[in-house]
Amino acid sequence: MNGPPGARYPDVIVLGAGLSGLVAAIRLAEAGLRVVTVAKGYGSMRLSPATIDILGYRPDPVDSPAQALPGFAAAHPEHPYALIGPDTLADSVQWLKEHVGTYAYVGDPGENMLLPTAIGVPRPSAVAPETMAGGDVRRAGPLLIAGLGVLKDFHPSIAAENLQAATTAYGRAVQARPVMLHPSANGPADVNSLGLARQFEDGAFRSAVAAELRAAVRGEETIGLPAVLGMDQARSVWTELQQAVGRPVFEIPTAVPPSVPGMRLARALQDRLRRAGGRFVFGAQAVGPELRNGKLAGVRIRSAARVTPRMCRWVVLATGGLGAGGIEVDLSGAVSEHSLGLPVHAPGPGETGFLPGYLSDHPMDTAGLRVDHTLRPVGPDGEPVYPNAYAAGAVIGGARPWREKSGDGISLSTGYLAADAILKEAG
Amino acid sequence: MTAEQEFDFIRDSLDHCVKCTICETACPVAAVTPLFPGPKYEGPQAERLRGAGPSVDASLDYCSSCGICTLACPQGVHVAEINSRARAVMKQQHGIPIRDQLIARPPLQGKLGTPVAPLANFVLSNRLARLVAEKTVGIHRNAPVPKFAGRTFRSWARRHPAPATAGTRRVAYFHGCSTNYFEPGLGEKAVAVLAHNGCRVVLPRQECCGLPLQSNGIFDSARSYVRRLVAGLAPYARQGYTIVATSTSCGLMLKREAREILGVEDDDLRVVSSQTYDICEFLADLDLAGELKTDFQPVPLTVTYHAPCQQQGHNIGKPALDLLGLIPELTVIELDRACCGIAGTYGLKREKYDIAMQVGSGLFGDIRAAEPDLAVCDSETCRWQITHGTGRTSVHPVEVMYRAYGLS
Repeated sequence: MNGPPGARYPDVIVLGAGLSGLVAAIRLAEAGLRVVTVAKGYGSMRLSPATIDILGYRPDPVDSPAQALPGFAAAHPEHPYALIGPDTLADSVQWLKEHVGTYAYVGDPGENMLLPTAIGVPRPSAVAPETMAGGDVRRAGPLLIAGLGVLKDFHPSIAAENLQAATTAYGRAVQARPVMLHPSANGPADVNSLGLARQFEDGAFRSAVAAELRAAVRGEETIGLPAVLGMDQARSVWTELQQAVGRPVFEIPTAVPPSVPGMRLARALQDRLRRAGGRFVFGAQAVGPELRNGKLAGVRIRSAARVTPRMCRWVVLATGGLGAGGIEVDLSGAVSEHSLGLPVHAPGPGETGFLPGYLSDHPMDTAGLRVDHTLRPVGPDGEPVYPNAYAAGAVIGGARPWREKSGDGISLSTGYLAADAILKEAG
Repeated sequence: MTAEQEFDFIRDSLDHCVKCTICETACPVAAVTPLFPGPKYEGPQAERLRGAGPSVDASLDYCSSCGICTLACPQGVHVAEINSRARAVMKQQHGIPIRDQLIARPPLQGKLGTPVAPLANFVLSNRLARLVAEKTVGIHRNAPVPKFAGRTFRSWARRHPAPATAGTRRVAYFHGCSTNYFEPGLGEKAVAVLAHNGCRVVLPRQECCGLPLQSNGIFDSARSYVRRLVAGLAPYARQGYTIVATSTSCGLMLKREAREILGVEDDDLRVVSSQTYDICEFLADLDLAGELKTDFQPVPLTVTYHAPCQQQGHNIGKPALDLLGLIPELTVIELDRACCGIAGTYGLKREKYDIAMQVGSGLFGDIRAAEPDLAVCDSETCRWQITHGTGRTSVHPVEVMYRAYGLS
């Protein structure tokens, strides 16, 4: 399977550079395996709020994912969480916290924080960047939600009003009021979250914001700002701003892309992988398995001029689900997986894939691969299609992450577990 | 696929844009200047509104054509290609400045400058002459222009033909203009490294690939340049030669830009594309197969490695890292920056020099901080820019391999 004598093929090819792929790749590279990560683009983590949502709704709100998961898994035997024990989940969270460098995370699967969204909905997240945790409405005192006039994608009045209205649902009064800041009178009239994050790395700009906040803040208020407090120096920007204002500050993920926290997390993990000796191939696409004597010997990769077989011992498929293109549906309703050509568990052509209501529980929602207990994709007979191919993240079917608020937990824990399985085989 | 269909395929990719802005977060130019509003805005968004009428979006001229947007896009939108085409239309309508006509033709520069290299180099390094050139032509007085070698690579190669008994791997070397006129030593070393690895290297007749013309929006001339080049390379490709390039951006022209940006589509280009390799890609593939010579001597140096934007456009990762990693005692520091700013001829221009230097400032800072003995980089214009921005000597990865093989 491993080519001519002297061949130096990588041990593992990871397909996809999202959360699950990066987690698997870093673990494998840090264990000393040669890992190549192949990704079509830079990865959609840059659009995510970068919180680690493990389980928020089942469908009733979940206070403690750790306590809820055994029952949830038992009730949903086809859900990826049915394969992930509570210990693996907790280990993977701990592992992430130790691998994000200075972009520190807080929280654990034991309890959900309720962190305000950009429209003021308290959202259940078990683990979040420390820059966001201060917004946990279960604990926070009165909130001052501050917008910046140049950022057209964040409206403090909407956020504050909805937070006030959310009071009864969470059993305690949330006080929130808005303020709009205009720190750069001579700057551009409008800027996106990334442009603003770059401005926040400038001390003078930060001072201007701090001065406005000092004038606006009252009493014991905690200050919520859109998540634009710096890019590479996020931690020091956040720390210095709190010192300058003299009040706690927290970040609220912006709803309209790009997501600055998502970019920070993506950079932190990519840096980590590079430092562990991992390699990236961006802009390339896996177009099928490379088979030798019926065995999976590598992946066919499309680069600028041609398709080339790239050999390896193991493949981790972390290409994402329907949203990211890891699973595709064509106009006839046929569902497929193109990177390795694996069988997808989904409603077939002629079967009902979608219901009339936009927010219905569409049968197609849970389309994806079925996997065995070590995350190897299986065929209709329940047997692994290839003994050396593993799946991680949203390409695995059976979940409704947007309803359950489970996507990050699934990606993190399956990426972690897929690496575990390969490391056990590698010995 | 016909040229017409390919053209539609590139433009139609904009329908895959979901406005996620990942390209905007990756664009090195938009990050430093408000003069360029960003690849999504200029590309998939504005392209929908472009019709047969006059081109109105002058800000397109500030795109550096680095291609990072296309690389970053998770949906497969050909953002950079769409923008390059739209810019060509704009420049045709507004008129191509004489400066752009000049800097887009390296063979012309090479043929004029090589015989009078001492004089030409004196003029190019003379502050007064450069000031005049800035005022009259618009080439920034501080921009890193290369020095003429005073001899050509091809004249060296004529005196050093490959022995008939040399290796069994048949390689046609595409050296490009820069190696021929400015860095003939790189070509000599590349040939030696290839020969050391059992390659029989031939030198097809070749001229400029047309890339500088393309990036300056002079598409008609660029098409005739690249067609002439592939006509010379195609017979070798058809005989089974691998075409190996040391100029990573010119190699990319053959691999996909001629087709995807210029819309050239013919059998010659197809066969050349499919057999063109960047030299590090070629050597790293030998290594993967266990066929690369690894008789490296220790090179006790610290080097940084920057993969140029155009090298990333090959979608092959960074094979130079794997090659350099084989050399004993060589410490390699991988830099993670999108672009050095120069983007071929972009940073030479009076109105764009400062932007290019700002784009490169992160890379320059990383290199200065690493204090390397050498700054390694695959692209010639990037090497000149890196040396300009850091004062460090910059070399092609193959030059380090040449030294490690003890071929000097």
